[in-house]
Amino acid sequence: MEFGFTTAAYVVAAVLFILSLGGLSGQESAKRAVWYGIVGMALAVAATLVGPGAGLWLLSIILIAGGGVIGYIVATRVQMTEMPQLVAAMHSLVGLAAVFVGLIAHIELGRVMAMGEAERAVLDGFAGLLAHKTGVEINILRVELFLGIFIGAVTFTGSVVAYGKLAGKLSSNASKLPGGHMLNAGAAALSLICLIWYFNTGGFFPLFVMTLAALFIGYHLIMGIGGADMPVVVSMLNSYSGWAAAAIGFSLGNDLLIVVGALVGSSGAILSYIMCKAMNRSFVSVILGGFGGSTGPAMEVEGEQIAIDADGVATALDEADSIVIIPGYGMAVAQAQQAVSELTKRLRDKGKNVRFAIHPVAGRLPGHMNVLLAEAKVPYDIVLEMDEINDDFPETDVAIVIGSNDIVNPAAQEDPNSPIAGMPVLECWKAKQVFVSKRGQGTGYSGIENPLFYKENTRMFYGDAKESLNKLLGLIS
Amino acid sequence: MKIGTPKEVLEGEARVAMTPDSARQLQKLGYDCVIETGAGALAGFSDALYKEAGVEVVKTAAALFKASDIVAKVRVPTEAEVKRLTEGQTLISFFNPAANEPLMTLAASKGANVIAMEMVPRISRAQKMDALSSMANIAGYRAVIEAGNNFGRFFTGQITAAGKVPPAKVLVVGAGVAGLAAIGTSTSLGAITYAFDVRPEVAEQVESMGAEFVYLDFEEEQQDGAATGGYAAVSSPEFAAAQLAKFRELAPEMDIVITTALIPNREAPELWTEDMVKSMKPGSVIVDLAAEKGGNCKLTVMDEKIVTDNGVTIIGYTDFPSRMAAQSSTLYATNIRHMMTDLTPEKDGQINHNMEDDVIRGATVTFDKEITFPPPPPKIKAIAAQKKEAPKELTPEEKRAQETAAFKAQTKQQVGLLAIGGALLLAVGLVAPASFMQHFIVFVLSVFIGFQVIWGVAHSLHTPLMAVTNAISSIIILGALMQIGSGSALVILLAALSVFMAGINIFGGFLVTRRMLAMFQKS
Repeated sequence: MEFGFTTAAYVVAAVLFILSLGGLSGQESAKRAVWYGIVGMALAVAATLVGPGAGLWLLSIILIAGGGVIGYIVATRVQMTEMPQLVAAMHSLVGLAAVFVGLIAHIELGRVMAMGEAERAVLDGFAGLLAHKTGVEINILRVELFLGIFIGAVTFTGSVVAYGKLAGKLSSNASKLPGGHMLNAGAAALSLICLIWYFNTGGFFPLFVMTLAALFIGYHLIMGIGGADMPVVVSMLNSYSGWAAAAIGFSLGNDLLIVVGALVGSSGAILSYIMCKAMNRSFVSVILGGFGGSTGPAMEVEGEQIAIDADGVATALDEADSIVIIPGYGMAVAQAQQAVSELTKRLRDKGKNVRFAIHPVAGRLPGHMNVLLAEAKVPYDIVLEMDEINDDFPETDVAIVIGSNDIVNPAAQEDPNSPIAGMPVLECWKAKQVFVSKRGQGTGYSGIENPLFYKENTRMFYGDAKESLNKLLGLIS
Repeated sequence: MKIGTPKEVLEGEARVAMTPDSARQLQKLGYDCVIETGAGALAGFSDALYKEAGVEVVKTAAALFKASDIVAKVRVPTEAEVKRLTEGQTLISFFNPAANEPLMTLAASKGANVIAMEMVPRISRAQKMDALSSMANIAGYRAVIEAGNNFGRFFTGQITAAGKVPPAKVLVVGAGVAGLAAIGTSTSLGAITYAFDVRPEVAEQVESMGAEFVYLDFEEEQQDGAATGGYAAVSSPEFAAAQLAKFRELAPEMDIVITTALIPNREAPELWTEDMVKSMKPGSVIVDLAAEKGGNCKLTVMDEKIVTDNGVTIIGYTDFPSRMAAQSSTLYATNIRHMMTDLTPEKDGQINHNMEDDVIRGATVTFDKEITFPPPPPKIKAIAAQKKEAPKELTPEEKRAQETAAFKAQTKQQVGLLAIGGALLLAVGLVAPASFMQHFIVFVLSVFIGFQVIWGVAHSLHTPLMAVTNAISSIIILGALMQIGSGSALVILLAALSVFMAGINIFGGFLVTRRMLAMFQKS
């Protein structure tokens, strides 16, 4: 088929992809937007299969179908609480694919360069494309595929580590090898040297060394980032997978790859930016891992944590008119979203104003809580963002904190020495009463003491979130 | 253990420290309850009602003191009563420890542990056993009712066929618990209510009750009420003068004045002077809730109602709570019950007199043959501190200036970024071949579109966004598809692996996104 047709199909696909991302601005239009994405992808694959340069299309279709079956099984079986792991795992696949594609480009380049003039003329497909390149273009190609492999490799190991941390297979604490960031810097410098080396010789060895260095960077970089920063890490890896695709697109001269890679890359970058802002931290400090050292001793927390039983909470809820629920990662861990939803339904049936307050970094993935609540059939119009609801807390009778900690920590505002000072938080302590559902005493993920638990209007509702809420449901009919 | 409540011996005292309801609750804590016959009669609780609630009724006070391990009563005990106490017995009652040294010594020598209800510290946790507040609340309410009883007109203004009635004007001096209760009662009866307090931070509370706060034209650094446990402290002579001047100005207009100003452990300050009383209209009423401590008005006679020469009624009763015995007994008995709950953490009917606990320590005046009054200051300060100065309001000019500055900074930033970006592009264009530049332009534009589009994505859809971008980033499959047909077995193998992995991603990513989005439902 003509080259023109493929290009036209690519343009349509690119437009569809842009619409697909743009459609995510609202819940209803998003349902349509996914179809745009699916059609765009189908079109792009079909056009490439019939277009110039493709071969072995039967094998390709079989492989896609095979991958599709696995993808289907995984997608239908995955629990919504496992979404962060799944996303991280899928990023690693993209990263690895980028590495392979880059390597192939290198091998082909070597093969084509070795041929004589006459042989080159008869080549078609990808090799044919390479054959027509001039000296400068070949050099640029080398840089591009080098970058593609580099980013792909970082994405691959980074995502694997992120997957391990999110799935609980690796310790979520920030851990670094001795040498810390100097090791990363060293590996990066080594990669740079390899780039110059590769640029001049075109040999396989520098490429191989660089790949190893990049794999190490991905591993070590993500290992050094603590659990609370996971939302940033996941969106950052998302961004990397996009840039890898774009770099490969350059080396293959494929505009659609470039367009989509750039879209995905910028999307991930923006998400990372939003997450960082929500934690009042610079991107660099997240990447460098761990919370920055505090400038002085943390404020003494005075008072005591006062416990309350389900009876007390039920009575307070019965008397309250306006209730705000603040879910956090603890709710996801306890799988308590169904119980929360049931509680919400019963309270709403009694004519109470029940709303949810979602902090941008609640959970382990941007928007994680929204998805969990949606799964439990909590209507999305009562699920509000931090900025929408923060001013309403003084008029709220009861705020229920379920498994969140740092995002409701008043120290962020009150204690300039706190490691999270200045981070925007949900000001739930301004509500008349606050109930905190928590497994036990002790600090949260980031290990920071939370003065909220010691406030006069706070009562601690100890126990597993799901069991506590079920107990509560028994008392509220 | 047994909790017993004797009949109050003071003449005219109608309250009782245990009601049938509170007895039921105390039994749940594991205690047995005893009451002297007729103890609740004046408050409207007959012996039969107590018996029904499972309370044992004994004939005499002496028998009651003998039978019970814990004695709960209302009024400060008499010497005779204290003499009946035995070692290890607990007495819970008002005690007035600051002015009752001999009685305290006597109780200590008897070995009885005395918990004085007025010494319960004013922290949030202890509010449920703060008997002073619950009694003050009743006193405030009753003060308005008594005033109304002695006031010849309506509280609320009315225009009737028989003529126009102006609304009554009520001034409440001191906005503590009693003052606030008086304000609430007075406004709900329809009077125009003014209120004054030396602590400016209560202005908000006063206004929330519907009264108007009387501000003084007085510049002085007000001391923070939180520093004195929420009670008023002695004010400076200049302040007192300004305050009196203000009252003098208000006096002729006011129909009813209710004074509640008390300073802990001191004589009540004189706030309503004789000349103010003289300037009031005939028929006006003054209720002096501070009568017990000498009165805020020097003309007040304790426990009596007098009428001055110019026809102003001054009420100096001190037994307002007792005048509403049913209500006050219920509240007081509940305060006692909460105190017992704190004293019985195990709910096993055994008292655990924990002197480490702020509330219990604060309220205990004799323990283990020792006098433990006055208590150390509580560890927790709980009363709202004075408001810090609010951030300065910006004038419109300043706001505009700020906006223009922000706009300028933004423009500068944008232009700067564009310039740098443009320069970089040009620099790349100088060295790179045309074929690269074509792709590069596509790349830059796509990044730009990406930034524009992604900002619009709803926060709640960030997870679906990640899933869908993940799915479409497997567009890398195109690269693999283009390469799979050319070259060696190794190339085919690598390309095939890539196609396979991307295939997983495409299907998995889109399906998961669809699953997630299908879950979002509107209510």
